[in-house]
Amino acid sequence: MTLLQWTILLLVAVVAPGVVLSRDPKEQVVTLSFYGLLCGLMFFIFQAPDVALSQITIGAVMLPLMIMLALTKMRRQNIRRKREAKR
Amino acid sequence: MSSRSRVVLFLVSAAGLAAIFAWGFRDLPPMGDYRGPYGYALTQVAVYERHATDVVNAINYDYRGFDTLEEEFILFASVMGVLLIFRPAKGGKGDDDEKKKRQTQIDDDLPISDSLRVSMQGMAGIMIVFGVYIAAHGQLTPGGGFQGGVILASVPLVVYLSGNWRAFEQIISNPLVKIAECGGAAGYAVIGISALFFGAHFLTNIVPLGVTGDPFSAGTIALISLSVGAEVTGGFVLLMHVYLQEIIEERLGKKS
Repeated sequence: MTLLQWTILLLVAVVAPGVVLSRDPKEQVVTLSFYGLLCGLMFFIFQAPDVALSQITIGAVMLPLMIMLALTKMRRQNIRRKREAKR
Repeated sequence: MSSRSRVVLFLVSAAGLAAIFAWGFRDLPPMGDYRGPYGYALTQVAVYERHATDVVNAINYDYRGFDTLEEEFILFASVMGVLLIFRPAKGGKGDDDEKKKRQTQIDDDLPISDSLRVSMQGMAGIMIVFGVYIAAHGQLTPGGGFQGGVILASVPLVVYLSGNWRAFEQIISNPLVKIAECGGAAGYAVIGISALFFGAHFLTNIVPLGVTGDPFSAGTIALISLSVGAEVTGGFVLLMHVYLQEIIEERLGKKS
């Protein structure tokens, strides 16, 4: 294995616990997105450009986006419920 | 269970896992060692048989096209499931109620910076071209319908970030989105079934293969890549629509 491959494997190994250790869902989305980007880079360095493209589009863009949208939806539902309870 | 016994339990099971892990790693073949004959055989014949220079997509959309068909319908079914859960409730509340809700909820709007607005509006056009390129060149270069579709689906989001909510609303509520979703999913199956009329098996590559390296080569691989692209674009834009529907309606002050 080359130095580049070792470096990216090490980076993925360092960032992965970072995703788990960030407790706030909003922080987690950002770290997850960064982790997805690193995974895509790893697939690219290991000569799998097809998988790298899928990983970047899904892991770094769509998955964090869907989590964000779901969090927004939940937050708004909570606001509405509180307002209805006040009335 | 006390915290001390919990730590002991963790250490014992972690040691066990580490032992099994080390045992499994001992006889692992070296990196890059591939013993299956199938991969070597396909990389040898794919360019001659299918005129596709991207062997990964030749496998995805042709040699193992049936598996990809299933995967596409898994995505289709899950998008339909989300749409079913978030369908608009029947019998909305009165108009006064709506107005009150709008006034109280508008306060969490954040102003958009000029740099974000300008850069995002410039990005949209580039992303459309890039997404179509990735989807249409699936048989030639890495990429294909799925990746191109996701890139295309993130274009409306860039428009949303640029603060142009009216344009965003027009894009995501366009009936073409639903047509792309259903047409893309059906297109894959229709391409597969049409092979039956020529006396071939399901999903056989019956379209003329063309010149290797040409954008319109590799027969059904290019067509399937395009239909998957349409389906994935439609699916993700529909998902965005159901999640952001009420926010958009509030921003535009629309009566529902």
